[in-house]
Amino acid sequence: MIEAIAFYLLAITAVFAGGAVVLSRSPVHSVLWLILAFFASAGLFVLLGAEFLAMLLVVVYVGAVAVLFLFVVMMLDVDFVKLREGFTRYLPLAAIVAAILLAEMIIVSLAVASGGAAAGGQIVPATADASNVETIGRVLYTDYVYIFQAAGIVLLIAMIGAIVLTLRHKPHVRRQNPGDQINRDRRTAVEIKSAETGRGVSPEELL
Amino acid sequence: MTVSEVPFSIDLSQALPLAASEITLAVGALVLLVVGAFWGEKSAGPLSWIGALLLVVAAGVAGTAPLGVAFNGAFVADPLAVYAKVAIYLFAALAVVLGAGWTRRQGIAKFEYPILIILASVGMAMMVSAGDLISLYVGVELQSLALYVLAAYHRDDAKASEAGLKYFVLGALSSGLLLYGASLVYGFTGSMRFEDIAVVASGDAGAGLIFGLVFLMCGLAFKVSAAPFHMWTPDVYEGAPTPVVALFATAPKMAAMVLFARTLSEGFGGALGDWSQILVIISVISFAVGAFGGLAQRDVQRLLAYSSIANIGYALLGIAAGTAEGLQAMLMFMTFYMIDTIGLFACLLALSRGGRPIRRIEDFAGLKQDRPVTAIAITILALSVLGMPPFAGFWGKYFVFGAAIDAGLWGVAAIGLVASVVAAFYYLRIIKLMWFDAPPEGVVATDRAPKEAQWTAWAAAAFSFPLVIIGLTWLEPLTRIAASGFGAG
Repeated sequence: MIEAIAFYLLAITAVFAGGAVVLSRSPVHSVLWLILAFFASAGLFVLLGAEFLAMLLVVVYVGAVAVLFLFVVMMLDVDFVKLREGFTRYLPLAAIVAAILLAEMIIVSLAVASGGAAAGGQIVPATADASNVETIGRVLYTDYVYIFQAAGIVLLIAMIGAIVLTLRHKPHVRRQNPGDQINRDRRTAVEIKSAETGRGVSPEELL
Repeated sequence: MTVSEVPFSIDLSQALPLAASEITLAVGALVLLVVGAFWGEKSAGPLSWIGALLLVVAAGVAGTAPLGVAFNGAFVADPLAVYAKVAIYLFAALAVVLGAGWTRRQGIAKFEYPILIILASVGMAMMVSAGDLISLYVGVELQSLALYVLAAYHRDDAKASEAGLKYFVLGALSSGLLLYGASLVYGFTGSMRFEDIAVVASGDAGAGLIFGLVFLMCGLAFKVSAAPFHMWTPDVYEGAPTPVVALFATAPKMAAMVLFARTLSEGFGGALGDWSQILVIISVISFAVGAFGGLAQRDVQRLLAYSSIANIGYALLGIAAGTAEGLQAMLMFMTFYMIDTIGLFACLLALSRGGRPIRRIEDFAGLKQDRPVTAIAITILALSVLGMPPFAGFWGKYFVFGAAIDAGLWGVAAIGLVASVVAAFYYLRIIKLMWFDAPPEGVVATDRAPKEAQWTAWAAAAFSFPLVIIGLTWLEPLTRIAASGFGAG
């Protein structure tokens, strides 16, 4: 009973927050609604018995991604009112497409509800004898090592791409080179000039 | 079975030799990256040649690696994967060589160029070897992400940046569709692996699974630029650097088509009737968009984009047949199409007037006067792409139509023939301009052609005719072996 209440509460919150992300006028509000949507989804994960994923969702998405979004939204000088100009113009078409998609999904859900989901159901349930973390750790570096490594290469490409597209070597930057500084010795650093007694030296002679 | 009883099913000593070519490339790319980072921009030239060599070596490794299934079913090394990998690596190597010269002449040579192509090739190899939905998705992302960067490689060029951004945003959208479909398929079958999905799909598939399949196919159709998911193609082909487009039009298309074929016939073999009709519709729309859309184009690279949309329609028709013959026809068609396309792009790279590349169709007027051999090469390649017998492209279409008609797809084959006739117009227009029109007044002579582009163009033209006659005798058995064991229904 309490589980059902928790589920519906979280699910409604998630859907409502998701709608608010799209509909709210200020992008900062959108990000805040997004954070609420993440929290509600994390709650749903807890209900499913996937507490590790729930923690990840909060730590990674709320803690890092959403905060990054906030930074970007606040730092970029984008005129969001201008971005929304075409909204009403495209609204009829968008509404038709959305209505068709919604109808399709309802029909599919009804078909599934009446016929029952196909032969699935071999999904391994969470077990009591091993924690989430242990279960994930057990397969991540064994069964899924191939995918894990490939995902690493995907991230590497993202890094290379960011460097290729944005790094510019400025020609007149004076860089500090510690090696050169340390390797200086007396012969290259100091030049001895003899000055005649009583006359001193003029600045031109020093160059 | 509780989790702690699940055996550690991984056996790396058996699995790693199967993926030897991917490992060669991934490790090689890391080494090149470190060398490049230490040597700086001046290493771009040598690293390109080493990168191309690495890809050729990987092709050899892929051709001799053992066959089997590894990594818990996520990686499949079968004749189909081997055939596709050898082709992909060789064409990627050509793109590296063509791009090395081009970037040097444009003054934007960077050592990351070959590395990104090598990493994209790893992604393409993952795609053709994908045995489950996760490796499918990770392979697609690995390949796409590297290609997004390559599209925007010429970052000071507004059109290239636009091409990269458009490709990235629309690619992300299609990845979303693909993932949504994959999640539905997983939800309704309870498994990521194609063979488990096939068990469920061969019974009463149910609306949910078909719904997921449709989304999956939409995502994949975007990656092969089949209409109506082709919107990005003309803009990206127009804006991206020419050698990068030469890559886009060849290796990734082959990878995505093989992935398409494997997903549908291994994962959804039992639902042949369902996906075959979708493919037929996509094919027909692609024929129409490719043939009629190309008529109005003035930019050669945009024209080739529409040409590739139409040609993908023919390749999809081979898969739609749902038989081993259909798959074999698709492989042969794609092989010939890749050779013709890389030849045409090499011709574009070889042609420039006063340092400016020839991009508009009118610029081809009177080309026979100062570049007769290149004009002959373009003529052969254009005739081949439009499917004139006895050029290579004809044989590709011949096999595809044969397989389609055997599978009872008469109507679509007829529409395809009509579309070829319409599309013939824009290839023939270029040929007419080159041979029968006088060059416009006051036009400067063409520059000396870069050697690598010229040789690639001549080799491709020589293959399209007459070498294709010899090539057919060994491509036919090779593709038959690659396609054997496939075919649903």
